[in-house]
Amino acid sequence: MKEIKEKHAFLMRWTHWVNFPVLTVMIWSGLFIYWANDAYGISIFGFTLIKFFPEWFYTYFHIPQRLAEGMAFHFLFMWFFFINGLLYIAYTIFSGAWRELVPKRNSFKEAWQVLLHDLHIRKTIPPQKKYNAAQRIAYSAIILMGVGSVITGLAIYKPVQLYWLCWLCGGYHFARIIHFALTIGYVLFFVIHILQVVLAGWNNFRSVVSGFEVIETEPQIRDEKTLTANHAENETNGAKEN
Amino acid sequence: MKPTEQKKIKKPLTIEQKIKRRNFISFGAFFALGGGAAAGWKWLLNSPEENAGITGGTRAPLRRALNKTELFFRNFFSNNHLVKTYPKERAAKTIRVNSLIGIEDDEDFDIKNWKLEVKISQSKSLKIGIEEIKALPKTEIIFDFKCVEGWDQIQHWAGVKLTDFLLHYKLDALVEKNYMGLETPNGEYYIGLERDSVLHPQTILAYEMNGKPITNDHGAPLRLIIPVKYGIKNLKRIGVMSFSDQRPRDYWAEQGYDYYSGL
Repeated sequence: MKEIKEKHAFLMRWTHWVNFPVLTVMIWSGLFIYWANDAYGISIFGFTLIKFFPEWFYTYFHIPQRLAEGMAFHFLFMWFFFINGLLYIAYTIFSGAWRELVPKRNSFKEAWQVLLHDLHIRKTIPPQKKYNAAQRIAYSAIILMGVGSVITGLAIYKPVQLYWLCWLCGGYHFARIIHFALTIGYVLFFVIHILQVVLAGWNNFRSVVSGFEVIETEPQIRDEKTLTANHAENETNGAKEN
Repeated sequence: MKPTEQKKIKKPLTIEQKIKRRNFISFGAFFALGGGAAAGWKWLLNSPEENAGITGGTRAPLRRALNKTELFFRNFFSNNHLVKTYPKERAAKTIRVNSLIGIEDDEDFDIKNWKLEVKISQSKSLKIGIEEIKALPKTEIIFDFKCVEGWDQIQHWAGVKLTDFLLHYKLDALVEKNYMGLETPNGEYYIGLERDSVLHPQTILAYEMNGKPITNDHGAPLRLIIPVKYGIKNLKRIGVMSFSDQRPRDYWAEQGYDYYSGL
């Protein structure tokens, strides 16, 4: 038997899909700003491993000489990013949805098992509710990162008026580094997130648009188990729902 | 099949129908809103550039947003919010030169003839020599100078506090106006400052850097040091000072930058 199981609330879906293009614009315009003083890189013993960013990268994305444009976009879309994020956090706190999201005491141990399972090293996965342990950690972290981006962003934006924020972020320099590192974090998150969504399949993806998942439930009468299962499969013409 | 009869009896939807219906509604809304967002983005991206005036060089809706955002963040401004200062040892020995607009393009400039011109009214001006300014109480500041490009440097400047200067020359009435405008002697570089920043206690008219007279590249004989603004507003080699209720012209605001550019 098929059954509709509610998964994601409307506000969660709304803020998720608003955030995606808004954050994209923030990263894009942020690159215009960063380009004007592209000081960061990763080097070991004086040998530069990565330079943020190589020339081909700037050329490919048409980044150079657009500082003013980047600031104009950045300081408009920061409002949408902030309001949308605030909406999500307020909803998650007041609805009690945070219980499904925030990592539990055993989440860090379990997340390791989830990782091993996803890498096909471990066969079983710990029992989970809406989110598994790894998701709890990842999705809570990404919210904290969003908060971090707003705080460090404000610290760089108004370092004199909001001097206490700047101080909290370890000063102007460090705030700028965190702000940049968080952005790199979003991109890495995005890559893994997309990969996981593809692997998780249609039912999971749909739930972030329509809010529900379709699950197969155990029929009431044991004897008819195979019969009902077959019947259900015929009905959907083999459309796979996991 | 009798459609009329079927309509009358409202059968509860089957699971399959429910799934289909909810999918249809949610994905319909998803694509409709997504399309709307894409259209909105296209509109913004292709929106016309603002009319060139006091500000220019950016898309009109983005300029409106910059101005609105300025008004919001001006609520946080206070003359009690001071920029962090540092001990002298932390100050850079070589102060970075980033731009020479209004200086390198002024070949006729003769520092010996320099006088600061303060416009009192349309016809009346005050002309003040550098020795007069140096005779006023001296204020030093060692702070983290911030460029709009993203770099910053701890620098050591000294000069007369702008409020001291304005008080001494009895320009208080003029300061009641909303804005102060500053220009280089040749008028090639120019900025506008709103009153709050003008009256900030760390805003100085500087004639010394690292304890020595300012060099030509840094705006000799007199330049503005205003820590509550990005470097673009720290005009070098001040020629003319004026006051107005409307925004004075501003070099970088004409090139698409935020007029306020406050920190």
